[in-house]
Parts: sequence; structure tokens; C-alpha cells
Amino acid sequence: MTGPPEGAVPIASSEDVVRMRQAVRAAAAAAGMSLVDQTKIVTAASELARNTLVHGGGGTGRVESVVNARGRAGVRLVFSDTGPGIADVEQALVEGWTSGSGMGLGLPGARRLADEFALETEVGRGTTVTVTKWTR
Amino acid sequence: MSGGVEKAHLPELLRSRRDAVLGRWVALAAEGVRGRITERELRAELTELYDLIERTVGEEAGGAGAELRAALGEISRNRARQGFSPSETALSVFALKQAVLEQVGATGDVDAYSEFIGFSSRVDDLGLVTFETYSAAREQIIADQMEQLLELSTPVVKLWDGILGVPLVGTLDSARTQVVMETLLERLVETGSQFAVIDITGVPAVDTEVAQHLLKTVMAARLMGTDCVISGIRPQIAQTIVALGIEFGDIETKATLADALAYALGRSGIRLSEGAGA
Repeated sequence: MTGPPEGAVPIASSEDVVRMRQAVRAAAAAAGMSLVDQTKIVTAASELARNTLVHGGGGTGRVESVVNARGRAGVRLVFSDTGPGIADVEQALVEGWTSGSGMGLGLPGARRLADEFALETEVGRGTTVTVTKWTR
Repeated sequence: MSGGVEKAHLPELLRSRRDAVLGRWVALAAEGVRGRITERELRAELTELYDLIERTVGEEAGGAGAELRAALGEISRNRARQGFSPSETALSVFALKQAVLEQVGATGDVDAYSEFIGFSSRVDDLGLVTFETYSAAREQIIADQMEQLLELSTPVVKLWDGILGVPLVGTLDSARTQVVMETLLERLVETGSQFAVIDITGVPAVDTEVAQHLLKTVMAARLMGTDCVISGIRPQIAQTIVALGIEFGDIETKATLADALAYALGRSGIRLSEGAGA
């Protein structure tokens, strides 16, 4: 919420969501993830990027290759928007609850698909979601 | 032409030593494009450029300038299509500078030297024109390809009497789902099929949006009295769907298209036997 993070690419259209998916798949493959884990993090990226686009009114996404203290490689994704924010975070993370016409599984699903999940939001200021997945 | 009197050395040199400069230019340019374009073609291209440069070098700007840019653009576009890199194209233009400078050195004409700086920056501009045209041509190619990809229609094929197949490949967005749904429903009416197999082997990732689109398509087909089977669910997709919490409810799903076809045949009461002729 303090301007776009470094290395972030804009998410302003459905094509950007597709591009983001491809970038995440490439990063996950480079980190040495299994096909299952690649698909999981790509799907999480897809959900979060679409949230940024649909609910946040567009924003930015960033893909990072990270290594943890024990030397395991991973992929971290940061999605930021300056949209309306989420008034009730707990409700937004409840399965099946939707503010729009979706299935209401995107945010809770992305949380389950990733290993680490962080959500920062402020009503009227925007939302930043960070997820990380480590190779096994 | 302003200051034409003292600025005539270089144009004069381009005229009088035409064969020497042009010959050297072709030889220099040929080094960079060796083997991929014949020397005759190259000479024809460069001769055309040389004529136009000779005409424009004396004047500030005019009709010949636009013609020169057009000719350069044409060459650059052709090179882009033949797979040359933009630097190769630009380098063959820049080679003119060396060819001219060598001739200026041979004459020892000091005035021509001072004019050469201006000439050199003009040639640089021409090189940049080839760069611009090159990237414009490449962008056009990419735009065309994107359009073709979008136009990739999703065929609805007949697998058996009363069984339709819908092989889905690529990203499933709202616009495409709409096309798929319409085509499928129309074909259902035409063929009176009882079963439709939607194969998602070629869909790289199934997220909630894709799932929602699939469910809507199945529901619409169901309203018309057709049972849908979703096939091509690979292990990683299955695990992702479970993690996302998507439920396909009572919709039949199968791992492969073959399984789905066997299921549909069985439900239609068609028995396959290993024939005597096999």
C-alpha cells in the first residue's frame, strides 16, 4: 500500500493474469518444484491475480525466487492493489462467501494451496496478499 | 540549398567515386550477412539506397528523404521476415560510413573530412530507421499471431452416435467459455446427442473461474437433457481442485477421454466386443 513494490508488473487485464500465471510457472519450475506443486502455486497465483483485477480494480503482482534458512528454494508472490480493501478479513477467508459472482473459494483456496499466506488490508487503501510455496 | 558552395565536397565524392564506394559498401555489408542473402540481391538493395542517399545528401530535406526512408523500411521488413537480427540490418547500413571514409582518406580532401561528421550522423539516423521499422514489423507479426490464437475456435466433434466430444486446449476465459457453450448447445440440438464429453487435458490450470465456467456449461447442457462427462483430469489438477475446495457435485469425471467414452457408451447401452476380424 506504499506504492508498487520493486520488480512488480501491472495487472490490468485478463491477459496480465495469463502472463502472471506463465511467469509463476517458469519460476516454480526453476525452483525445482514437482508438477503438483507447480500447478498449486500457479493456481493460487491465478486466483490472487484475478482478485487483484476484479476486486482491487487492478494492481501489481511480483514473482520472487526465494531460499529459506535451510536452503530450500521457493517462490514468493506479492499481489498489491489500491482498491477498496477488505472490511471483514475473516469473512473473506470463509469458504463459499463471495462479494461478487464468484464461487467464494479464491482467497481461502489460495491460502490452502500455498505454504505461507499473509494478508494486509485497509478499507479504502487497498490490499496486499503475499504467498510463498517451498519445494519439498 | 543553403551554404551549398562550401558543402559540396562529399556529395561530389559520392558521385565521382560511386563505383569504389558502392563496391566497398557491398563488400563490407556482405561480411555481416554472409550466405543468407546473395551478393547480387545485396548489391541491388544497396545500389537503390545509394542512389537515394546520393540524392538526399546534398539537400536538407525533400521528397527523396521520404523515399529513402520508405526504401529502408522495405529492406528492414524483408530482413525481419528472413530472420536477420536488427543489429545485422543496421550494421549493413552503418558500413557505408567506413566505405565513404576510406575514399575521403584516399582523396585527402580536408573539407570532405569536416563534412563527413554531418554525413555520419545522417547515416546513423538511417540505421535507426531500420531499427524502428524492424521492431514495428516484429510487433505486427506478434499481433497477428495473438489474433490467430484468439481465433482458435473450439471444435465440437462427434465421438459416436449420440456422443459429442469437446476437447478444450489453453486458457479458458469467459469469452471462450461462451463460445464453447454456444457451439456445444447448438451441436446438441443438431445431433440430438445424449452425452457430451468435455476433455480438459489441454487446460494448463483449473482455478475457480475455469471451474465455474465448466459447471455452467454442464448445467446448460443438462437443461437440454444431455449428460456431460468431464475427462482429462490429470493428477496435479485433481489435487489442486481438492485444495481449492471446488466440488463438481454429481457431475461424472474421468481421468482420460477413453474412460469417458467407455462410460458414455456403457450408459448408452452400446457393447463393444473384440471382433473376429481383429
